[in-house]
Amino acid sequence: MANKRSIEIMVGVFIAVGLVALFFLSMKVSNLSSMAGGEGYPVIARFDNIGSLKVRSPVTMAGVRIGRVSAIDFDLEVYDAVVTMSVDSRYNTIPDDTFAKIFTAGLLGEQYIGLDPGGSEHYLKAGDQIQLTQSALVLEEIIGQFLFSKAEEGSSE
Amino acid sequence: MLEQLARLGRVGISILAHIGRGNILLFHILGGIGDIVVRPRLLIQQLYSVGVLSMLIISVSGTFVGMVLALQGYYTLSQFGAEQSLGVVVAASLVRELGPVVAALLFAGRAGSALTAEIGLMKATEQLSGLEMMAVDPIRRILTPRFLAGVISMPLLAALFSALGIMGGYFVGVGLLGVDDGAFWSQMQSKIDLHEDIYNGVIKSFVFGWICSWIALFQGYDAVPTSEGVSRATTRTVVHSSLAVLGIDFILTALMFGG
Repeated sequence: MANKRSIEIMVGVFIAVGLVALFFLSMKVSNLSSMAGGEGYPVIARFDNIGSLKVRSPVTMAGVRIGRVSAIDFDLEVYDAVVTMSVDSRYNTIPDDTFAKIFTAGLLGEQYIGLDPGGSEHYLKAGDQIQLTQSALVLEEIIGQFLFSKAEEGSSE
Repeated sequence: MLEQLARLGRVGISILAHIGRGNILLFHILGGIGDIVVRPRLLIQQLYSVGVLSMLIISVSGTFVGMVLALQGYYTLSQFGAEQSLGVVVAASLVRELGPVVAALLFAGRAGSALTAEIGLMKATEQLSGLEMMAVDPIRRILTPRFLAGVISMPLLAALFSALGIMGGYFVGVGLLGVDDGAFWSQMQSKIDLHEDIYNGVIKSFVFGWICSWIALFQGYDAVPTSEGVSRATTRTVVHSSLAVLGIDFILTALMFGG
C-alpha cells in the first residue's frame, strides 16, 4: 500500500478528474452553453395549429436561430394556441409586421418557427404579439385535401 | 404437504430476515457518518481503493464503449442519411443509460467484490470481533467509510465513463468515419438537456453507487465466516448488484424519461 501522501494525491486526482468529466458533460455536451447569455425578450404569436412544435424549439429568421419557444398555452376562448417565444435581446430591431410561420426541418425533422421580416418601421417590444401567423402543415390534412380534390376531379368529368 | 408449506415458509422468513438485517446494517452504517467528519482520513483511504483503483477499468471501457457506439450508430444512421446525428446518439445513450449502468456493473465487479472479500475475510479471521473487543464499533469504523466512498465515487466514475465514451465516439465518428466535426457537437448540444439528461444520469449513478456498496458490504458482513462462505458472498455480491442495477435502471428510466 502506498504511503498516505501519495494516496491523498491520487484521491485528489480522482475527484478532480471526475468533476472535470461532469463539467465537460455540462458545458460541452449539453445545451447549457447555448442557454447561457440567452437573455431574451418575450414575443407572443397565436396559431390555429402548432403541429408538433415544442417548448425549446428554435425560432429562426433567415435560417439563423434568434431565440427559442419558451411556452405554449391554449386559449380556451378563441381555441387557438398561444406560443411565447424568447428572442435574444441583441435582435431588437424586428419589425412589428413580421410574419411567423411554423416550418418543419426536413421531411421528418422537428418543427420550428420561421420569422419573415415585414417592412414596418416600428419594432417588436417585449410582450408584443405577432399578428400575422401561418399554422403548421399537418401532413394528413394535405393528403386529405389532395384526395378530396382528386375525387372532385373524377366526379366532374 | 404440510412439510412443503413449512419449507416455503422457511424460505420466505429467511428472505425477510435477510432484507431486515440488510436494512438494520444500512441504518447502522449511516449512523456512523458523523465519525467520518471527525476522521476524514478513513474516507480518503477508501476513496483510493474504491475510486482511484477503479479509474483505469472505467476509463478504458468507457472509451471503447463510446467507439463501438459510434461505429454501430453510424451504420444505422447512414441508412437514413442521418450521420450528422451521430453525436446525439452517442451522447444520449452514454449520458442517460450506458454511463451509469455499465459503470455500475464494472464497479460491482471491480470494487464491490473486493469490498465483500475484504469484509468477509475480516469477519472470518475475527478482526471485526477484535475491534469490538477494543470497544471500537466495526461498522462505524470499517463499513461506513467504505459505503460513503462507494456513494461518492460512483457518480464521478460514471461521469468519467460518459465523458471518455463521448471522446471515443468523437474519435471514431469524426476521425475515422468522416462525420462533420461541427455537426457532431452542435447537434449534441442542441439535443442533450442539462437537467433532463445529465442531472438524471448523475442521480442514477448516485443510486447505483448506494445500491452496489450496500449490497457488497452487507454480503461481506453477513457472510458465513469460512473461506467457502466468503467466496459465495463475493459471487452473490456481483450477481445481486448486477441484477439490482439493471432492475432499478428500468424503474428509474421509466420514472425519469418515460413520461
